[in-house]
Amino acid sequence: MEQQSTLHEANGGFPDLVKIRLHKVLAEIGHAFTLFFQTLIQIFRPPFQFDLLVKQLLLIGFNSLAVVIVSGFFTGMVLGVQGYIQLKPYAVEGSVARFVCVSVVKELGPMITAFVLAGRIGASITAELSTMKVTEQIDALEVMGTNPVKYLVVPRFLACSIMLPTLTIYSTFAGIGGGFVAVVTLFDVNGSFFLLEVQKNLFVGSVLISLIKATSFGMAIAAVGCYKGFSISTAGGAEGVGIATTGSAVISLIAILVLDFVLNHVLFNILGLV
Amino acid sequence: MISIRNVTKNFGGKNVLNGLSLEIPRGETLVIMGQSGCGKSVLLKIITGLMSADSGEIWFDGTEISSLNGKKINNLRRKIGMLFQSAALFDSMTVAENVAFMLNQHTDLDKREMRKVVDEKLSLVDLEGVQDLRPAELSGGMRKRVGLARALAFDPEVILYDEPTTGLDPVTCTEINQLIKDLHERLQVTSVVVTHDMHSAFSVATRMAMIHEGKQVAYGRPDEIINIDDPILQQFILFGAPDQILNMENPILKKYLGR
Repeated sequence: MEQQSTLHEANGGFPDLVKIRLHKVLAEIGHAFTLFFQTLIQIFRPPFQFDLLVKQLLLIGFNSLAVVIVSGFFTGMVLGVQGYIQLKPYAVEGSVARFVCVSVVKELGPMITAFVLAGRIGASITAELSTMKVTEQIDALEVMGTNPVKYLVVPRFLACSIMLPTLTIYSTFAGIGGGFVAVVTLFDVNGSFFLLEVQKNLFVGSVLISLIKATSFGMAIAAVGCYKGFSISTAGGAEGVGIATTGSAVISLIAILVLDFVLNHVLFNILGLV
Repeated sequence: MISIRNVTKNFGGKNVLNGLSLEIPRGETLVIMGQSGCGKSVLLKIITGLMSADSGEIWFDGTEISSLNGKKINNLRRKIGMLFQSAALFDSMTVAENVAFMLNQHTDLDKREMRKVVDEKLSLVDLEGVQDLRPAELSGGMRKRVGLARALAFDPEVILYDEPTTGLDPVTCTEINQLIKDLHERLQVTSVVVTHDMHSAFSVATRMAMIHEGKQVAYGRPDEIINIDDPILQQFILFGAPDQILNMENPILKKYLGR
């Protein structure tokens, strides 16, 4: 009856279809937040399984290190080149170091790291969990008296929240290094001057902003990845796993951008951090 | 031991279970039969608390379980072992790690003691020397055996089998049926087997129940069930039961054979 009335409403026209779609989206957001809060509760409930956390830290952190450093380095190089070219007509090319440093530390370091991890780790978390769901492994966990949120979500959530800021530190250094290499080798900029400018413009507040952003992005990637993995139905099959994995990557990227805007507003405008 | 009372479950407007009542006595092997999609597997999920019923009660040893949650339901689940249709082995773990999973999660046994229990449970299901293999390296029959060893690891009072012979060749089916019978005799556990494979049903059952349109339509010992005059049940027996069960002189069978 409920389904019939939904179809009847859907035939009512475009506004009804929008209403139904909106209802679905809101329900999904509600379920995702429920999982998020369940995860927060389970983090503080014993038993604490450090072996699972260490495994995820290695998987997420160590295995992503090279790609994060390479991405950060080339982003820094591009920034250096573009910065120099844009600043030179105004005769302020000496500010290129400041431009690279501030951009990489406050914005691009956490952002590039989060984008890399959303594609690499977020999607892999969804693929792994949704496959477990389809093959009844998550049901098996529950039947054996193990809470799947505690066993599967908590280690991934913590590992992402810890490793994203850690990797951001590496990508930020790589980014500044990339900018340095590009500007010093391609243009007539003194290396010592560049490093001195970086030192002058590197504030504790900026680093704090970078780490707060990175931790938030890490939480978002893990929460979306785990939610999309859990939300697939057992009957979803291989097609469902594929759809969930793509959805996870797309939603993570959008979530990172939205979070970045919100955090910029809160940290700069409201809290007044520099 | 398990009492299912007037349970209903509805999916998107379709009544899968429609006031189902069923008794599962202690120490018996109850086979639940029914057409595909009649709610057999849903019933197992409701018994284990993986799914909640829309209405009705499930009693397990004097405890009504549909109202339990958190720690209480997890404690109860430790008394239940379940063999899933796909075996549901953790593919990131070895066979030994799969079988030891519950011991690892809920006991303080050291590695040596765990290994001993794993070896013991694997030998119960006639598997040896596979401890270090991954589920992907096992055949379908072996995966079911490992799934069964894992279900037995915590010495459950009840074992639930969801379509234990589906997707297996006839020889392996017979071996799995024999294993279910042997385990029942050796361990004296209560077993619930959900299947539409009538060969399997008649070879392992000490009691049988038939579900149709979300309700129980027949219940009894195997020798009683073949004499129940129900068209759906008799169709199942006629088209699926092993030859030794099919007595063509049985007037009820004759009646439906004639149709």
